[in-house]
Amino acid sequence: MAPEWRALSSTGAEVDLEPCGDGPVLARHACVVVDADGVQHPVTRPVVALCTCGRSQRRPWCDSTHKSVRRSPTSGA
Amino acid sequence: MKLPLARGPLSSHVLALLEAAPSGLPAPDGWADEVQDVLGDDDLQLALWILYELHYRGFDGVPDHEWDPHLIALRTRLEQRFEAELRQCTAGYVEAALHASEDLFDQVMVVVDAVDGPSLPRYLQREASSVEMLDFLTQRSLYHLKESDPHAFVIPRIDGRAKVALAELQYDEYGAGRPARLHAQLFADALDACGLDPAYGAYVDLVPGHTLAVNNVMSLFGLSRRLRGAALGHLAAFETTSSVPCRRIAGGIERLGLPTVVAAYFHEHVEADAVHEQVAIRDICGGLVEDHPELRGDVLFGVAACLHLDVLAARGLLGSWERRREDAVVRQVA
Repeated sequence: MAPEWRALSSTGAEVDLEPCGDGPVLARHACVVVDADGVQHPVTRPVVALCTCGRSQRRPWCDSTHKSVRRSPTSGA
Repeated sequence: MKLPLARGPLSSHVLALLEAAPSGLPAPDGWADEVQDVLGDDDLQLALWILYELHYRGFDGVPDHEWDPHLIALRTRLEQRFEAELRQCTAGYVEAALHASEDLFDQVMVVVDAVDGPSLPRYLQREASSVEMLDFLTQRSLYHLKESDPHAFVIPRIDGRAKVALAELQYDEYGAGRPARLHAQLFADALDACGLDPAYGAYVDLVPGHTLAVNNVMSLFGLSRRLRGAALGHLAAFETTSSVPCRRIAGGIERLGLPTVVAAYFHEHVEADAVHEQVAIRDICGGLVEDHPELRGDVLFGVAACLHLDVLAARGLLGSWERRREDAVVRQVA
């Protein structure tokens, strides 16, 4: 699924993204994430994980829902 | 923090040393040799926890004995038994992971999938009473009031990509520049909102051996440069099994109508640990193993040790609640 957001630095440039296999992508040094509707989500962490499965209940942020979608269940959860 | 109450000869001896001159009392003969259930023994795990605490906040009225050679020697003897038992219990998981894949991420996931136990978060989400939820928060307070501190000891022991990523993760755990967002502070706020004591170490006397071991393993790994791989593997396991469980726990807290600030702590970890999981496995452990391939086995040992002890602690807690319910039924019948 194509990302529905853009992660921008303080200068408005798109920041580098680090894909995490079948999980989220990590964005470092972002100040704001803009979703498909143009809504701006301020970034308060040094690194954020952005949802790529489309199932997160906290989009644009990853909430690990991809694990139940894409992987066998993990123990202890 | 006040000194805990003794639970047997080992913790009694440690407490006596702290209250007197540490070198004044020799270790009892066969110190700790007779303990059978090392991972769950209340007395041994408390003795170890007290000795580790000297490296964190210390105890009220106790002089600075942090580097007393006699206490370090006692601690080392307990640690040797603790580490040997952990390695024996987890060797199968580590071997299976090493044979299953050459990719570290996949190897970590092999261990995560293999260590099986009851789901404490699922119980908290769906069934736990308010008393049980408060009991859970009380038990967890021992760690969460010094959240991330044990793993911070590893930062000066590593370099490069792993160091940068660990500092990045810890910065987030430590509030990302905002004291009010320090995770330990968020947990203290949650305890306070429930009417529980938010003071550091306030509930140590209520914490059983297995949960003390959950705490002690972080100090065992964090305080030893030799075990830095295990420390970071432990961190990866902790973060990897946090996000989804925290969502379940937050759901249970909301079901029970506890104050919003309590659920907020766990909601914060749904989001934070979805990030930290990726950073911990790929950048921290991945960076370490890239520079030090010989530490791969220890990283996986740390993963397995974390999960194995979590299972033992969860079984203990769920078992204690079950016994409490059965006792209540017996009392009603009587």
